[in-house]
Amino acid sequence: MTEPIIAIRDLRKTFRSGEVDVHALRGVDLTVEHGEFLAIVGPSGSGKSTLFNILGGLTPPTSGTVIIDGQDLMKLSDSGRTKLRKKTVGFVFQKYNLLPTLTVGDNIEIARDIAGFKGPLDQQFRDVIETLGIADKMDRKPRQLSGGEQQRVAIARSVVNHPAILLADEPTGNLDTENSTLVLDLMRSLNKKLGQTILMITHNPEAAAFADRIVHMRDGHLHAAA
Amino acid sequence: MVYKLVWENLKHRPVRTLLSSLAIGLGVTMMLTLVGVGEGMLRDQEARTRGVGADIIIRPAGSSAIGITPPNINERLVAWAKEQPHVTQATGVTIQPLGGVSTVHGVDLDELSKMSGGFTFINGRPFQSGQEAIIDEYYAKEKKLHVGSVVKILNRDWNVTGIFRGGKLTRMMLPKSVLQDLTATTGKVSVIYVKLDDPKQTQAVIAHFKQTLSDYPIYSMDELASQFSVNSIPELKTFIGVVMTLSVLFGFLVVFLAMYTAILERTREIGILKALGAGQSYVLGILLRETILMAIIGSLMGIGMSYVTRWLIATFIPASMTQAIVYSWWPIASGITLGGALLGVLYPAIKAARQDALESLSYD
Ligand SMILES: Nc1ncnc2c1ncn2[C@@H]1O[C@H](COP(=O)(O)OP(=O)(O)OP(=O)(O)O)[C@@H](O)[C@H]1O
Ligand SMILES: [Mg+2]
Repeated sequence: MTEPIIAIRDLRKTFRSGEVDVHALRGVDLTVEHGEFLAIVGPSGSGKSTLFNILGGLTPPTSGTVIIDGQDLMKLSDSGRTKLRKKTVGFVFQKYNLLPTLTVGDNIEIARDIAGFKGPLDQQFRDVIETLGIADKMDRKPRQLSGGEQQRVAIARSVVNHPAILLADEPTGNLDTENSTLVLDLMRSLNKKLGQTILMITHNPEAAAFADRIVHMRDGHLHAAA
Repeated sequence: MVYKLVWENLKHRPVRTLLSSLAIGLGVTMMLTLVGVGEGMLRDQEARTRGVGADIIIRPAGSSAIGITPPNINERLVAWAKEQPHVTQATGVTIQPLGGVSTVHGVDLDELSKMSGGFTFINGRPFQSGQEAIIDEYYAKEKKLHVGSVVKILNRDWNVTGIFRGGKLTRMMLPKSVLQDLTATTGKVSVIYVKLDDPKQTQAVIAHFKQTLSDYPIYSMDELASQFSVNSIPELKTFIGVVMTLSVLFGFLVVFLAMYTAILERTREIGILKALGAGQSYVLGILLRETILMAIIGSLMGIGMSYVTRWLIATFIPASMTQAIVYSWWPIASGITLGGALLGVLYPAIKAARQDALESLSYD
Protein backbone atom coordinates (compact mmCIF):
# COMPACT_ATOMS: atom_id res chain seq x y z
CA MET A 1 0.00 0.00 0.00
CA THR A 2 1.28 3.43 -0.89
CA GLU A 3 0.79 6.42 1.36
CA PRO A 4 -2.55 8.21 0.88
CA ILE A 5 -2.20 11.47 -1.07
CA ILE A 6 -4.27 13.33 1.51
CA ALA A 7 -4.44 12.50 5.21
CA ILE A 8 -6.46 14.82 7.47
CA ARG A 9 -6.85 14.32 11.23
CA ASP A 10 -8.98 16.48 13.49
CA LEU A 11 -8.64 19.55 11.25
CA ARG A 12 -10.10 22.72 12.70
CA LYS A 13 -10.44 26.16 11.25
CA THR A 14 -11.73 29.12 13.16
CA PHE A 15 -12.31 32.50 11.51
CA ARG A 16 -12.38 35.52 13.68
CA SER A 17 -14.90 37.94 12.23
CA GLY A 18 -15.25 40.95 14.46
CA GLU A 19 -15.94 39.86 18.02
CA VAL A 20 -17.22 36.38 17.19
CA ASP A 21 -15.32 33.23 16.34
CA VAL A 22 -16.72 31.28 13.40
CA HIS A 23 -15.84 27.61 13.66
CA ALA A 24 -15.93 26.66 9.99
CA LEU A 25 -14.24 23.27 10.49
CA ARG A 26 -14.73 21.44 13.77
CA GLY A 27 -12.57 18.34 13.55
CA VAL A 28 -12.46 16.96 10.03
CA ASP A 29 -10.97 13.51 9.32
CA LEU A 30 -10.42 12.41 5.73
CA THR A 31 -8.12 10.12 3.80
CA VAL A 32 -7.87 10.24 0.03
CA GLU A 33 -5.93 7.68 -2.00
CA HIS A 34 -3.92 8.37 -5.15
CA GLY A 35 -6.14 8.48 -8.21
CA GLU A 36 -9.41 8.85 -6.32
CA PHE A 37 -12.32 10.96 -7.56
CA LEU A 38 -14.07 12.20 -4.45
CA ALA A 39 -17.23 14.31 -4.24
CA ILE A 40 -18.03 16.45 -1.23
CA VAL A 41 -21.63 17.50 -0.75
CA GLY A 42 -23.35 19.42 2.00
CA PRO A 43 -25.43 22.45 2.82
CA SER A 44 -24.29 25.99 2.31
CA GLY A 45 -21.96 27.24 5.02
CA SER A 46 -21.03 23.75 6.18
CA GLY A 47 -17.31 24.39 5.52
CA LYS A 48 -16.69 22.73 2.16
CA SER A 49 -14.88 25.65 0.55
CA THR A 50 -12.93 26.28 3.73
CA LEU A 51 -11.62 22.72 3.60
CA PHE A 52 -10.54 23.22 -0.04
CA ASN A 53 -8.89 26.53 0.70
CA ILE A 54 -6.81 24.84 3.38
CA LEU A 55 -5.95 21.87 1.16
CA GLY A 56 -4.97 24.28 -1.61
CA GLY A 57 -2.79 26.40 0.62
CA LEU A 58 -4.90 29.54 0.26
CA THR A 59 -5.33 29.78 4.02
CA PRO A 60 -3.59 28.06 6.93
CA PRO A 61 -5.32 25.53 9.19
CA THR A 62 -6.00 26.49 12.82
CA SER A 63 -5.18 23.07 14.27
CA GLY A 64 -5.01 19.39 13.39
CA THR A 65 -2.92 17.45 10.91
CA VAL A 66 -3.07 17.82 7.16
CA ILE A 67 -0.60 15.87 5.07
CA ILE A 68 -0.72 16.40 1.32
CA ASP A 69 1.66 14.47 -0.89
CA GLY A 70 4.00 14.08 2.07
CA GLN A 71 3.90 17.76 3.18
CA ASP A 72 2.56 18.78 6.58
CA LEU A 73 0.43 21.88 6.00
CA MET A 74 0.60 22.92 9.66
CA LYS A 75 4.31 23.45 9.20
CA LEU A 76 4.12 25.44 5.99
CA SER A 77 4.97 29.13 5.94
CA ASP A 78 3.39 31.64 3.55
CA SER A 79 5.97 30.90 0.92
CA GLY A 80 5.59 27.17 1.54
CA ARG A 81 1.87 27.47 0.76
CA THR A 82 2.71 29.50 -2.35
CA LYS A 83 4.90 26.62 -3.49
CA LEU A 84 2.12 24.15 -2.71
CA ARG A 85 -0.25 26.09 -4.99
CA LYS A 86 2.41 26.24 -7.64
CA LYS A 87 3.38 22.57 -7.73
CA THR A 88 0.99 20.33 -5.82
CA VAL A 89 -2.59 21.50 -6.34
CA GLY A 90 -4.67 22.78 -9.19
CA PHE A 91 -7.83 24.81 -8.61
CA VAL A 92 -11.07 24.95 -10.57
CA PHE A 93 -13.62 27.47 -9.31
CA GLN A 94 -17.29 27.99 -9.86
CA LYS A 95 -16.52 31.38 -11.41
CA TYR A 96 -13.89 30.02 -13.87
CA ASN A 97 -11.41 32.71 -12.76
CA LEU A 98 -9.62 33.10 -16.07
CA LEU A 99 -7.50 36.22 -16.56
CA PRO A 100 -9.72 38.36 -18.79
CA THR A 101 -6.96 40.23 -20.64
CA LEU A 102 -5.14 37.08 -21.74
CA THR A 103 -6.07 34.61 -24.47
CA VAL A 104 -6.89 31.02 -23.63
CA GLY A 105 -3.40 29.94 -24.66
CA ASP A 106 -1.80 32.63 -22.55
CA ASN A 107 -3.99 31.81 -19.55
CA ILE A 108 -2.48 28.33 -19.72
CA GLU A 109 1.01 29.67 -20.39
CA ILE A 110 0.96 32.02 -17.41
CA ALA A 111 0.21 29.08 -15.10
CA ARG A 112 3.27 27.34 -16.55
CA ASP A 113 5.34 30.49 -16.24
CA ILE A 114 4.42 30.92 -12.59
CA ALA A 115 5.42 27.32 -11.89
CA GLY A 116 8.66 27.85 -13.80
CA PHE A 117 7.93 25.51 -16.72
CA LYS A 118 9.24 26.51 -20.11
CA GLY A 119 9.34 25.14 -23.62
CA PRO A 120 6.63 23.40 -25.62
CA LEU A 121 3.61 21.70 -24.04
CA ASP A 122 4.04 17.99 -23.36
CA GLN A 123 2.11 15.46 -25.38
CA GLN A 124 -0.04 14.33 -22.48
CA PHE A 125 -1.29 17.86 -21.93
CA ARG A 126 -1.92 18.36 -25.62
CA ASP A 127 -4.11 15.28 -25.51
CA VAL A 128 -5.95 16.84 -22.57
CA ILE A 129 -6.59 19.96 -24.64
CA GLU A 130 -7.93 17.80 -27.47
CA THR A 131 -10.18 15.90 -25.07
CA LEU A 132 -11.44 19.17 -23.58
CA GLY A 133 -12.25 20.39 -27.09
CA ILE A 134 -10.53 23.76 -26.72
CA ALA A 135 -7.60 23.22 -29.10
CA ASP A 136 -9.11 25.62 -31.66
CA LYS A 137 -9.90 28.29 -29.05
CA MET A 138 -6.35 29.09 -27.97
CA ASP A 139 -6.34 32.59 -29.46
CA ARG A 140 -9.66 33.67 -28.02
CA LYS A 141 -10.17 35.89 -25.02
CA PRO A 142 -12.29 34.41 -22.20
CA ARG A 143 -15.23 36.73 -22.87
CA GLN A 144 -15.47 35.27 -26.37
CA LEU A 145 -16.20 31.84 -24.89
CA SER A 146 -19.32 30.28 -23.39
CA GLY A 147 -19.37 29.41 -19.71
CA GLY A 148 -18.85 25.75 -20.47
CA GLU A 149 -15.88 26.52 -22.69
CA GLN A 150 -14.38 28.82 -20.06
CA GLN A 151 -14.70 26.12 -17.44
CA ARG A 152 -12.96 23.62 -19.74
CA VAL A 153 -10.13 26.10 -20.18
CA ALA A 154 -9.95 26.49 -16.40
CA ILE A 155 -9.70 22.70 -16.07
CA ALA A 156 -6.92 22.61 -18.65
CA ARG A 157 -5.08 25.35 -16.81
CA SER A 158 -5.46 23.58 -13.47
CA VAL A 159 -3.73 20.42 -14.71
CA VAL A 160 -1.09 21.93 -16.99
CA ASN A 161 1.60 21.61 -14.33
CA HIS A 162 0.53 18.05 -13.47
CA PRO A 163 -0.57 18.73 -9.89
CA ALA A 164 -0.92 15.87 -7.45
CA ILE A 165 -4.50 16.85 -6.73
CA LEU A 166 -7.19 18.79 -8.53
CA LEU A 167 -9.58 20.75 -6.30
CA ALA A 168 -12.82 21.71 -8.04
CA ASP A 169 -15.17 23.92 -6.02
CA GLU A 170 -18.63 23.67 -7.61
CA PRO A 171 -17.19 23.48 -11.13
CA THR A 172 -20.66 23.10 -12.64
CA GLY A 173 -22.38 25.65 -10.40
CA ASN A 174 -22.73 28.19 -13.20
CA LEU A 175 -23.40 25.73 -16.05
CA ASP A 176 -26.55 24.35 -17.65
CA THR A 177 -27.23 20.61 -17.59
CA GLU A 178 -25.66 19.92 -20.96
CA ASN A 179 -22.43 21.74 -20.20
CA SER A 180 -22.34 20.31 -16.68
CA THR A 181 -22.47 16.79 -18.05
CA LEU A 182 -19.72 17.61 -20.53
CA VAL A 183 -17.43 19.06 -17.87
CA LEU A 184 -18.11 16.20 -15.45
CA ASP A 185 -17.44 13.65 -18.18
CA LEU A 186 -14.16 15.35 -18.93
CA MET A 187 -13.14 15.37 -15.29
CA ARG A 188 -13.95 11.71 -14.99
CA SER A 189 -11.91 10.92 -18.07
CA LEU A 190 -8.95 12.89 -16.65
CA ASN A 191 -9.33 10.79 -13.55
CA LYS A 192 -9.62 7.50 -15.36
CA LYS A 193 -7.13 8.03 -18.19
CA LEU A 194 -4.40 9.92 -16.34
CA GLY A 195 -5.10 8.81 -12.82
CA GLN A 196 -5.60 12.43 -11.77
CA THR A 197 -6.71 12.66 -8.13
CA ILE A 198 -9.78 14.91 -8.01
CA LEU A 199 -11.73 16.41 -5.11
CA MET A 200 -14.97 18.06 -6.16
CA ILE A 201 -17.48 20.10 -4.19
CA THR A 202 -21.04 20.08 -5.51
CA HIS A 203 -24.60 20.77 -4.47
CA ASN A 204 -25.96 18.56 -7.14
CA PRO A 205 -26.45 14.82 -6.37
CA GLU A 206 -26.32 13.98 -10.09
CA ALA A 207 -22.93 15.66 -10.35
CA ALA A 208 -21.71 13.85 -7.24
CA ALA A 209 -22.66 10.57 -8.89
CA PHE A 210 -19.76 11.03 -11.35
CA ALA A 211 -17.32 10.51 -8.47
CA ASP A 212 -16.03 7.22 -7.06
CA ARG A 213 -16.89 8.18 -3.52
CA ILE A 214 -19.12 10.77 -1.89
CA VAL A 215 -18.67 12.35 1.55
CA HIS A 216 -21.07 14.69 3.33
CA MET A 217 -20.16 17.82 5.16
CA ARG A 218 -22.36 19.24 7.88
CA ASP A 219 -21.53 21.92 10.45
CA GLY A 220 -17.82 21.56 9.96
CA HIS A 221 -17.78 17.75 10.19
CA LEU A 222 -17.39 15.15 7.46
CA HIS A 223 -19.51 12.00 7.29
CA ALA A 224 -19.30 9.08 4.91
CA ALA A 225 -22.25 8.83 2.55
CA ALA A 226 -25.27 7.23 4.14
CA MET B 1 5.26 35.36 -20.83
CA VAL B 2 4.86 37.78 -17.97
CA TYR B 3 5.55 40.59 -20.44
CA LYS B 4 2.47 39.58 -22.36
CA LEU B 5 0.37 40.06 -19.25
CA VAL B 6 2.11 43.37 -18.54
CA TRP B 7 1.47 44.53 -22.08
CA GLU B 8 -2.16 43.36 -22.08
CA ASN B 9 -2.71 45.15 -18.77
CA LEU B 10 -1.42 48.39 -20.25
CA LYS B 11 -3.47 47.88 -23.40
CA HIS B 12 -6.57 47.07 -21.40
CA ARG B 13 -6.77 50.67 -20.17
CA PRO B 14 -5.30 52.57 -23.12
CA VAL B 15 -6.45 55.99 -22.01
CA ARG B 16 -5.11 55.60 -18.50
CA THR B 17 -1.83 54.22 -19.85
CA LEU B 18 -1.47 57.03 -22.37
CA LEU B 19 -2.37 59.79 -19.94
CA SER B 20 -0.06 58.43 -17.27
CA SER B 21 2.74 58.10 -19.81
CA LEU B 22 2.04 61.59 -21.06
CA ALA B 23 2.20 62.99 -17.54
CA ILE B 24 5.50 61.19 -16.99
CA GLY B 25 6.61 62.53 -20.36
CA LEU B 26 5.78 66.11 -19.41
CA GLY B 27 8.37 65.91 -16.67
CA VAL B 28 10.92 64.72 -19.20
CA THR B 29 9.92 67.53 -21.58
CA MET B 30 10.20 70.15 -18.83
CA MET B 31 13.73 69.04 -18.03
CA LEU B 32 14.83 68.69 -21.65
CA THR B 33 13.35 72.04 -22.65
CA LEU B 34 14.89 73.88 -19.73
CA VAL B 35 18.30 72.36 -20.22
CA GLY B 36 17.93 72.76 -23.98
CA VAL B 37 17.02 76.43 -23.72
CA GLY B 38 19.88 77.08 -21.30
CA GLU B 39 22.32 75.29 -23.55
CA GLY B 40 20.83 76.72 -26.73
CA MET B 41 20.98 80.31 -25.53
CA LEU B 42 24.51 79.93 -24.21
CA ARG B 43 25.69 78.39 -27.48
CA ASP B 44 23.88 81.07 -29.43
CA GLN B 45 25.45 83.81 -27.36
CA GLU B 46 28.84 82.18 -27.70
CA ALA B 47 28.45 81.93 -31.46
CA ARG B 48 27.42 85.57 -31.71
CA THR B 49 30.35 86.65 -29.55
CA ARG B 50 32.75 84.62 -31.68
CA GLY B 51 31.05 86.16 -34.70
CA VAL B 52 32.58 89.50 -33.77
CA GLY B 53 35.90 88.13 -34.96
CA ALA B 54 37.95 89.52 -32.08
CA ASP B 55 40.91 87.81 -30.43
CA ILE B 56 40.84 89.74 -27.16
CA ILE B 57 37.98 91.22 -25.16
CA ILE B 58 38.44 93.96 -22.58
CA ARG B 59 35.64 94.43 -20.09
CA PRO B 60 35.12 97.13 -17.47
CA ALA B 61 36.97 96.96 -14.19
CA GLY B 62 35.07 94.92 -11.65
CA SER B 63 32.75 93.15 -14.15
CA SER B 64 32.32 89.42 -14.61
CA ALA B 65 32.85 87.56 -17.84
CA ILE B 66 29.24 87.48 -18.92
CA GLY B 67 26.33 89.65 -18.02
CA ILE B 68 25.41 93.21 -18.71
CA THR B 69 28.12 95.81 -18.29
CA PRO B 70 27.39 99.52 -18.08
CA PRO B 71 29.38 101.76 -20.40
CA ASN B 72 32.21 102.99 -18.20
CA ILE B 73 35.39 102.31 -20.15
CA ASN B 74 36.91 105.52 -21.45
CA GLU B 75 36.83 105.44 -25.22
CA ARG B 76 40.40 106.72 -25.36
CA LEU B 77 41.42 103.19 -24.39
CA VAL B 78 40.23 102.05 -27.81
CA ALA B 79 42.60 104.41 -29.52
CA TRP B 80 45.36 103.36 -27.15
CA ALA B 81 44.72 99.66 -27.86
CA LYS B 82 44.93 100.25 -31.59
CA GLU B 83 48.51 101.45 -31.16
CA GLN B 84 49.76 98.42 -29.27
CA PRO B 85 51.96 95.83 -30.98
CA HIS B 86 50.19 93.13 -33.05
CA VAL B 87 46.86 94.94 -32.80
CA THR B 88 45.28 95.48 -36.20
CA GLN B 89 41.84 96.62 -35.10
CA ALA B 90 40.01 97.65 -31.94
CA THR B 91 36.43 98.75 -31.55
CA GLY B 92 34.34 99.80 -28.60
CA VAL B 93 30.73 98.80 -28.12
CA THR B 94 28.23 100.30 -25.71
CA ILE B 95 25.59 98.14 -24.15
CA GLN B 96 22.49 99.78 -22.79
CA PRO B 97 20.15 97.74 -20.59
CA LEU B 98 16.48 98.09 -21.48
CA GLY B 99 15.07 96.36 -18.42
CA GLY B 100 15.04 92.64 -17.75
CA VAL B 101 17.57 90.73 -19.80
CA SER B 102 17.11 92.78 -22.97
CA THR B 103 19.77 95.19 -24.09
CA VAL B 104 20.59 97.30 -27.06
CA HIS B 105 24.09 97.67 -28.49
CA GLY B 106 25.61 100.79 -29.92
CA VAL B 107 28.34 99.99 -32.45
CA ASP B 108 30.61 101.59 -34.97
CA LEU B 109 29.33 99.57 -37.88
CA ASP B 110 32.30 100.17 -40.17
CA GLU B 111 34.80 98.97 -37.56
CA LEU B 112 32.66 96.03 -36.46
CA SER B 113 32.01 95.04 -40.04
CA LYS B 114 35.71 95.04 -40.83
CA MET B 115 36.59 93.01 -37.74
CA SER B 116 33.87 90.40 -38.24
CA GLY B 117 34.44 89.91 -41.93
CA GLY B 118 31.45 91.89 -43.11
CA PHE B 119 27.72 92.00 -42.46
CA THR B 120 25.32 90.40 -44.89
CA PHE B 121 22.10 92.31 -45.32
CA ILE B 122 19.11 90.19 -46.19
CA ASN B 123 17.10 93.32 -46.65
CA GLY B 124 17.83 97.02 -46.63
CA ARG B 125 21.11 98.75 -45.80
CA PRO B 126 23.37 99.63 -42.86
CA PHE B 127 22.31 102.51 -40.66
CA GLN B 128 23.93 105.80 -41.46
CA SER B 129 23.37 107.98 -38.48
CA GLY B 130 20.57 109.55 -36.58
CA GLN B 131 17.84 107.37 -35.22
CA GLU B 132 18.32 104.33 -37.38
CA ALA B 133 18.63 100.69 -36.33
CA ILE B 134 19.57 97.36 -37.85
CA ILE B 135 18.20 94.04 -36.60
CA ASP B 136 18.94 90.41 -37.31
CA GLU B 137 16.58 88.02 -39.07
CA TYR B 138 15.43 86.32 -35.83
CA TYR B 139 14.52 89.57 -34.16
CA ALA B 140 12.70 90.63 -37.31
CA LYS B 141 10.77 87.36 -37.36
CA GLU B 142 9.81 87.39 -33.70
CA LYS B 143 8.81 91.06 -33.60
CA LYS B 144 7.35 90.98 -37.13
CA LEU B 145 9.58 93.86 -38.22
CA HIS B 146 10.83 94.74 -41.67
CA VAL B 147 12.80 97.47 -43.36
CA GLY B 148 10.93 100.70 -42.75
CA SER B 149 9.42 99.55 -39.45
CA VAL B 150 9.76 101.80 -36.48
CA VAL B 151 10.96 100.45 -33.12
CA LYS B 152 10.66 102.34 -29.87
CA ILE B 153 13.82 102.33 -27.77
CA LEU B 154 14.58 104.64 -24.88
CA ASN B 155 11.43 106.57 -25.68
CA ARG B 156 12.55 107.37 -29.21
CA ASP B 157 11.44 106.04 -32.54
CA TRP B 158 14.12 104.31 -34.58
CA ASN B 159 13.80 103.42 -38.24
CA VAL B 160 14.79 99.90 -39.17
CA THR B 161 17.05 100.32 -42.19
CA GLY B 162 18.34 96.82 -42.59
CA ILE B 163 17.95 93.20 -41.59
CA PHE B 164 21.24 91.36 -41.33
CA ARG B 165 22.18 87.67 -41.26
CA GLY B 166 22.38 86.72 -37.56
CA GLY B 167 25.43 85.50 -35.70
CA LYS B 168 27.22 88.83 -35.16
CA LEU B 169 27.43 90.17 -31.61
CA THR B 170 23.75 90.83 -31.00
CA ARG B 171 20.31 91.10 -32.55
CA MET B 172 19.77 94.84 -32.62
CA MET B 173 22.37 97.56 -33.17
CA LEU B 174 22.17 101.33 -33.12
CA PRO B 175 24.79 103.92 -34.11
CA LYS B 176 27.17 104.13 -31.17
CA SER B 177 27.53 107.88 -31.07
CA VAL B 178 23.77 108.45 -31.17
CA LEU B 179 23.20 106.03 -28.33
CA GLN B 180 26.03 107.58 -26.32
CA ASP B 181 24.59 111.05 -26.69
CA LEU B 182 21.14 109.84 -25.84
CA THR B 183 22.24 108.13 -22.63
CA ALA B 184 24.76 110.77 -21.60
CA THR B 185 27.66 108.34 -21.90
CA THR B 186 29.56 110.14 -24.55
CA GLY B 187 33.13 108.92 -24.69
CA LYS B 188 32.32 105.72 -22.80
CA VAL B 189 32.04 102.13 -24.00
CA SER B 190 31.10 98.83 -22.32
CA VAL B 191 33.42 96.39 -24.07
CA ILE B 192 36.45 96.68 -26.29
CA TYR B 193 37.04 94.07 -28.97
CA VAL B 194 40.59 93.72 -30.23
CA LYS B 195 41.85 91.89 -33.30
CA LEU B 196 45.49 90.87 -33.76
CA ASP B 197 47.65 90.27 -36.81
CA ASP B 198 48.57 86.87 -35.40
CA PRO B 199 46.20 85.00 -33.04
CA LYS B 200 49.21 83.10 -31.62
CA GLN B 201 50.26 86.31 -29.94
CA THR B 202 47.02 86.52 -27.96
CA GLN B 203 48.45 85.60 -24.56
CA ALA B 204 51.46 87.81 -25.04
CA VAL B 205 49.31 90.79 -25.95
CA ILE B 206 46.94 90.14 -23.02
CA ALA B 207 49.96 90.13 -20.71
CA HIS B 208 51.09 93.37 -22.26
CA PHE B 209 47.62 94.94 -21.84
CA LYS B 210 47.47 93.91 -18.22
CA GLN B 211 50.57 95.86 -17.38
CA THR B 212 48.63 99.02 -18.10
CA LEU B 213 45.04 97.89 -17.46
CA SER B 214 45.58 95.90 -14.28
CA ASP B 215 42.01 96.37 -13.01
CA TYR B 216 40.29 95.26 -16.20
CA PRO B 217 39.21 91.71 -16.87
CA ILE B 218 40.83 90.84 -20.19
CA TYR B 219 39.99 87.60 -21.96
CA SER B 220 41.00 85.76 -25.05
CA MET B 221 38.01 84.72 -27.14
CA ASP B 222 38.46 81.08 -26.07
CA GLU B 223 38.56 82.02 -22.39
CA LEU B 224 35.41 84.07 -22.75
CA ALA B 225 33.67 81.32 -24.72
CA SER B 226 34.44 78.79 -22.01
CA GLN B 227 32.50 80.99 -19.60
CA PHE B 228 29.32 80.38 -21.56
CA SER B 229 28.37 77.31 -19.57
CA VAL B 230 25.57 76.32 -17.25
CA ASN B 231 28.07 76.31 -14.41
CA SER B 232 28.60 80.05 -14.67
CA ILE B 233 24.86 80.70 -14.28
CA PRO B 234 23.98 79.52 -10.76
CA GLU B 235 20.33 80.56 -11.18
CA LEU B 236 19.97 78.14 -14.09
CA LYS B 237 21.48 75.31 -12.07
CA THR B 238 19.08 75.99 -9.23
CA PHE B 239 16.16 76.12 -11.63
CA ILE B 240 17.16 72.82 -13.23
CA GLY B 241 17.29 71.33 -9.74
CA VAL B 242 13.78 72.58 -9.02
CA VAL B 243 12.42 71.15 -12.26
CA MET B 244 14.12 67.82 -11.57
CA THR B 245 12.49 67.66 -8.16
CA LEU B 246 9.13 68.55 -9.65
CA SER B 247 9.52 65.83 -12.28
CA VAL B 248 10.24 63.22 -9.65
CA LEU B 249 7.24 64.38 -7.65
CA PHE B 250 5.07 64.43 -10.75
CA GLY B 251 6.12 60.92 -11.81
CA PHE B 252 5.58 59.72 -8.27
CA LEU B 253 2.04 61.10 -7.98
CA VAL B 254 0.90 60.04 -11.42
CA VAL B 255 2.20 56.50 -11.10
CA PHE B 256 0.96 56.18 -7.55
CA LEU B 257 -2.57 57.09 -8.60
CA ALA B 258 -2.54 55.07 -11.81
CA MET B 259 -1.15 51.93 -10.21
CA TYR B 260 -3.22 52.28 -7.08
CA THR B 261 -6.44 52.30 -9.09
CA ALA B 262 -5.04 49.54 -11.29
CA ILE B 263 -4.45 47.17 -8.41
CA LEU B 264 -7.87 47.87 -6.88
CA GLU B 265 -9.43 47.13 -10.22
CA ARG B 266 -7.35 43.98 -10.57
CA THR B 267 -7.77 42.65 -7.05
CA ARG B 268 -9.44 39.53 -8.34
CA GLU B 269 -6.86 38.94 -11.03
CA ILE B 270 -4.11 39.21 -8.46
CA GLY B 271 -6.03 36.61 -6.44
CA ILE B 272 -6.13 34.34 -9.48
CA LEU B 273 -2.38 34.67 -9.99
CA LYS B 274 -1.83 33.83 -6.35
CA ALA B 275 -4.11 30.81 -6.56
CA LEU B 276 -1.93 29.66 -9.46
CA GLY B 277 1.06 29.88 -7.15
CA ALA B 278 2.38 33.36 -7.89
CA GLY B 279 4.43 34.62 -4.96
CA GLN B 280 4.92 38.19 -3.79
CA SER B 281 7.90 38.76 -6.06
CA TYR B 282 5.94 37.61 -9.11
CA VAL B 283 3.14 40.10 -8.45
CA LEU B 284 5.67 42.80 -7.60
CA GLY B 285 7.53 42.04 -10.81
CA ILE B 286 4.42 42.51 -12.94
CA LEU B 287 3.65 45.92 -11.49
CA LEU B 288 7.27 47.07 -11.64
CA ARG B 289 7.50 46.02 -15.27
CA GLU B 290 4.28 47.84 -16.06
CA THR B 291 5.66 50.98 -14.47
CA ILE B 292 9.00 50.72 -16.23
CA LEU B 293 7.24 50.21 -19.55
CA MET B 294 5.02 53.21 -18.89
CA ALA B 295 8.07 55.28 -17.95
CA ILE B 296 9.81 54.24 -21.16
CA ILE B 297 6.76 55.15 -23.25
CA GLY B 298 6.51 58.40 -21.30
CA SER B 299 10.17 59.23 -21.80
CA LEU B 300 9.89 58.65 -25.53
CA MET B 301 6.84 60.91 -25.62
CA GLY B 302 8.70 63.47 -23.51
CA ILE B 303 11.68 63.44 -25.86
CA GLY B 304 9.31 63.81 -28.79
CA MET B 305 7.58 66.72 -27.10
CA SER B 306 10.92 68.45 -26.51
CA TYR B 307 11.20 68.67 -30.30
CA VAL B 308 7.78 70.27 -30.32
CA THR B 309 8.82 72.91 -27.78
CA ARG B 310 11.95 73.53 -29.82
CA TRP B 311 9.81 74.07 -32.90
CA LEU B 312 7.46 76.38 -31.01
CA ILE B 313 10.37 78.46 -29.70
CA ALA B 314 12.05 78.62 -33.10
CA THR B 315 8.79 79.63 -34.74
CA PHE B 316 7.40 82.16 -32.31
CA ILE B 317 10.24 83.55 -30.19
CA PRO B 318 13.42 82.87 -32.17
CA ALA B 319 15.10 86.05 -30.97
CA SER B 320 14.33 85.64 -27.27
CA MET B 321 15.19 81.96 -26.95
CA THR B 322 16.98 79.15 -28.67
CA GLN B 323 16.50 75.54 -27.64
CA ALA B 324 19.19 72.99 -28.29
CA ILE B 325 18.56 69.24 -28.31
CA VAL B 326 20.92 67.99 -25.62
CA TYR B 327 21.24 64.24 -26.22
CA SER B 328 23.26 63.64 -23.09
CA TRP B 329 20.21 64.70 -21.08
CA TRP B 330 17.91 62.08 -22.62
CA PRO B 331 19.08 59.31 -20.31
CA ILE B 332 19.35 61.69 -17.37
CA ALA B 333 15.82 63.05 -17.73
CA SER B 334 14.42 59.56 -18.41
CA GLY B 335 16.28 58.14 -15.44
CA ILE B 336 15.00 60.85 -13.11
CA THR B 337 11.37 60.31 -14.10
CA LEU B 338 11.80 56.56 -13.93
CA GLY B 339 13.04 57.06 -10.38
CA GLY B 340 9.92 59.05 -9.53
CA ALA B 341 7.72 56.45 -11.19
CA LEU B 342 9.35 53.58 -9.29
CA LEU B 343 8.87 55.44 -6.02
CA GLY B 344 5.23 55.88 -7.00
CA VAL B 345 4.60 52.20 -7.71
CA LEU B 346 6.31 51.04 -4.54
CA TYR B 347 3.36 51.32 -2.20
CA PRO B 348 0.69 49.98 -4.59
CA ALA B 349 2.97 47.12 -5.66
CA ILE B 350 3.78 46.06 -2.11
CA LYS B 351 0.11 46.31 -1.18
CA ALA B 352 -0.79 44.09 -4.12
CA ALA B 353 1.97 41.61 -3.40
CA ARG B 354 0.87 41.27 0.21
CA GLN B 355 -2.81 40.97 -0.64
CA ASP B 356 -4.43 37.90 0.85
CA ALA B 357 -5.05 35.36 -1.91
CA LEU B 358 -8.38 34.19 -0.56
CA GLU B 359 -9.81 37.65 0.04
CA SER B 360 -8.70 38.77 -3.41
CA LEU B 361 -10.40 35.79 -5.01
CA SER B 362 -13.74 36.49 -3.36
CA TYR B 363 -13.56 40.15 -4.43
CA ASP B 364 -16.05 41.26 -7.05
N1 LIG C 1 -12.91 34.56 5.54
C1 LIG C 1 -13.91 34.23 6.37
N2 LIG C 1 -14.09 34.95 7.50
C2 LIG C 1 -15.08 34.64 8.35
N3 LIG C 1 -15.90 33.60 8.18
C3 LIG C 1 -15.76 32.85 7.09
C4 LIG C 1 -14.76 33.12 6.13
N4 LIG C 1 -14.84 32.19 5.14
C5 LIG C 1 -15.88 31.40 5.48
N5 LIG C 1 -16.42 31.78 6.65
C6 LIG C 1 -17.52 31.12 7.33
O1 LIG C 1 -17.18 29.77 7.47
C7 LIG C 1 -18.32 28.96 7.27
C8 LIG C 1 -18.06 27.93 6.17
O2 LIG C 1 -17.94 28.64 4.92
P1 LIG C 1 -17.64 27.88 3.58
O3 LIG C 1 -17.46 28.91 2.53
O4 LIG C 1 -16.56 26.90 3.79
O5 LIG C 1 -19.01 27.09 3.32
P2 LIG C 1 -19.42 26.22 2.05
O6 LIG C 1 -19.76 24.87 2.57
O7 LIG C 1 -18.42 26.30 1.00
O8 LIG C 1 -20.76 26.94 1.59
P3 LIG C 1 -21.33 27.11 0.11
O9 LIG C 1 -21.95 25.82 -0.24
O10 LIG C 1 -22.36 28.20 0.27
O11 LIG C 1 -20.20 27.51 -0.75
C9 LIG C 1 -19.48 29.89 6.97
O12 LIG C 1 -20.19 30.11 8.15
C10 LIG C 1 -18.77 31.16 6.53
O13 LIG C 1 -19.56 32.27 6.84
MG1 LIG D 1 -18.31 27.14 -0.96
